[in-house]
Amino acid sequence: MFKILRSSMPVESICIMEVQAERIAKSCLPGQFIIAKIDEEGERIPLTICDYDEKKGTITIVFQIMGASTYRMSKLGVGDGFQDFVGPLGQPSEFTKEPVEELKKKKFLFVAGGVGTAPVYPQVKWLKEHGVDADVIVGAKTKDILILEDEMKKVATNLYITTDDGSYCRKGMVTEVIKDLIENEGKKYDVCVAIGPMIMMKFVCLMTKEFSLPTIVSLNPIMVDGTGMCGACRVTVGGKVKFACVDGPEFNGHEVNFDEAMKRQQLYKTEEGQAYLREKEGNTHHGGCGNCGGEK
Amino acid sequence: MDVNVKVPVREQDPKERAKNFEEVCYGYNKEEAMQESERCLNCKNARCIKGCPVSINIPAFIQEVKAGNFEEASRIISESSSLPAVCGRVCPQESQCEGQCIRGIKGEPVSIGKLERFVADWARENNIKPEGAKEKNGKKVAVIGSGPAGLTCAGDLAKLGYEVTIFEALHKAGGVLVYGIPEFRLPKEKVVSKEIENVISLGVKIETNVIVGRTIKVDELLDEFDAVFIGSGAGLPKFMGIEGENANGVYSANEYLTRSNLMRAFDESYDTPINPGKKVAVVGGGNVAMDAARTALRLGAEVTIVYRRSEEELPARAEEVHHAKEEGIKFNLLTNPVKILVDEKGWVKGMTCVKMELGEPDESGRRKPVKVEGSEFDLEVDTVIMSLGTSPNPLISSTTEGLDINKWKCIVADEEFGQTSKEGVYAGGDAVTGAATVILAMGAGKAAAKGIDEYCKKK
Repeated sequence: MFKILRSSMPVESICIMEVQAERIAKSCLPGQFIIAKIDEEGERIPLTICDYDEKKGTITIVFQIMGASTYRMSKLGVGDGFQDFVGPLGQPSEFTKEPVEELKKKKFLFVAGGVGTAPVYPQVKWLKEHGVDADVIVGAKTKDILILEDEMKKVATNLYITTDDGSYCRKGMVTEVIKDLIENEGKKYDVCVAIGPMIMMKFVCLMTKEFSLPTIVSLNPIMVDGTGMCGACRVTVGGKVKFACVDGPEFNGHEVNFDEAMKRQQLYKTEEGQAYLREKEGNTHHGGCGNCGGEK
Repeated sequence: MDVNVKVPVREQDPKERAKNFEEVCYGYNKEEAMQESERCLNCKNARCIKGCPVSINIPAFIQEVKAGNFEEASRIISESSSLPAVCGRVCPQESQCEGQCIRGIKGEPVSIGKLERFVADWARENNIKPEGAKEKNGKKVAVIGSGPAGLTCAGDLAKLGYEVTIFEALHKAGGVLVYGIPEFRLPKEKVVSKEIENVISLGVKIETNVIVGRTIKVDELLDEFDAVFIGSGAGLPKFMGIEGENANGVYSANEYLTRSNLMRAFDESYDTPINPGKKVAVVGGGNVAMDAARTALRLGAEVTIVYRRSEEELPARAEEVHHAKEEGIKFNLLTNPVKILVDEKGWVKGMTCVKMELGEPDESGRRKPVKVEGSEFDLEVDTVIMSLGTSPNPLISSTTEGLDINKWKCIVADEEFGQTSKEGVYAGGDAVTGAATVILAMGAGKAAAKGIDEYCKKK
């Protein structure tokens, strides 16, 4: 069992957990993810790595309650654990392979949306530790669901927070902040990394293309094994089919077919939603109203 | 009784079994097994042994069955095979041991597979365990992958006194035996987990949730172990590259089977979602295609196999094709998909196919299918399962220095002992050959165990 050492729900429906996993902590780099499985009956859930600590041998994960398994996971506390916890999966971020001297010449812009703030954090932290500057834009629907603000402040060169409803800091979408920084504040960037909801990444890419700013996105499609075996996570990038788990999860955002990726993400939505309802309301959706598809 | 005919084996009624995941074949009982064993001619120069990739002494074990000495029969089999209950169920006997049987010239060959299965099942029911090493030799070997190649290699090395640790990427040991081959052909609790327990009882340790190449690298394993065996399996599923293939409702057979077998989507108590589909087309003609088709059928779908060659070229085991037909799977042979039709929401609504005819033999020796001009037609389906084989997984080869791969990106290993281009590293099974069978992987695991033993003795 992989023990949970720390667990909290800083905002409604988003959980942060620190999990004991020595081997993963030792080989982990920014950009990678893990798969967790709560128990025998649980699903294999790909999750973002928010932080890792080689000395303590721990991995910090962040997840939003989306379906039956994540709901059950959110009920776990300190001392509980995951039956299975595997990783690190995927390719590390491209910059981790570049010489630090080259990196120091570059200006990075990170754009994080919602839970996407979690995978952005270890990347910015890694750059900070290597003496590389990075500006960070964090977007959230509203003030109450903003996560990791203090942590991000410590590692970002400049942090720009924006909320859709204007309840905190700037008001508006992350794309407006990008435009503002480049056009009105005279900022120049060499690389943009955008991680968040698919729709946000799509619009960030449309905008950065206008500024000819190379942009990397991190995709989180449906997957089963996470090692390349199932092919569920296939995405079209530059007209070619790639597997997000072995070729990604980070890709050139200007080449990703977002519309197809968004459709594929809907694949099990109803199925997962049904399982979630079963968990919350008991086995009430098997009666067969004939409409919800719960009867199988 | 007619000596030219096999003692028939009892099976679940096709109408019944099309609706459940219980095992199709019941196997022989004691009387049936002993009766069938009478048909063995106990050839001096037994051709069946040469047909067996792990060289089981077939006539010797059958003679013991004839005499009712099932324990001794089991001991003889376990000299050569670590997974007899599996092989008795999934080996393509018709092209191996039984294909060589003298009885087969005039009539039907001896039912070697069913006899092996009987002996293995009897041994399990009577709690007969394989014999382990008397003492350890102090050497350590790491085995990557707990499928047929890895389990065989680990079992053989443990019997020789090695301390063996298997690293498995998934959360459950067994590889293709648990994620790929369905319950109705190879029961997981009753058969697979018991065979794995036997390997563990030899002293083999299994660590799940370790992805070699990611969690730990081969070079790190070499610091800790005297030798490494790579039996990591087949890899990434292939797709056709046709229009509409990324639509919702198109799956690789690997995904469909993994959801059902390993993640047990068919069992209500598991959270795993699966969209079984109502009208399913399975593209391909191998064992995996048959498994996917029969799984979809059991999940309630109407299923058609779409295969570009004719029945004669179907690569699946004869028994699987026969069972699939009995259960009501339709076969659209000499047919090839050209496009998947997609509705406005991104879901599959049909598949355009063309009819094919067989032309000249190609490099595989099989007659090459050629498109019949103007033969396009649409199949009405809501789900398409692609079962076209796999290409090698780059996780290990791309993270291990000095490990050569060939032009198909398979790991290069010599056939006799599984030696790779890297000292102390051996490989076998699908990672080397590309997708093949359980028994060939076992044969390779066995060969590598010999190679590793030689290497460690010299070291």
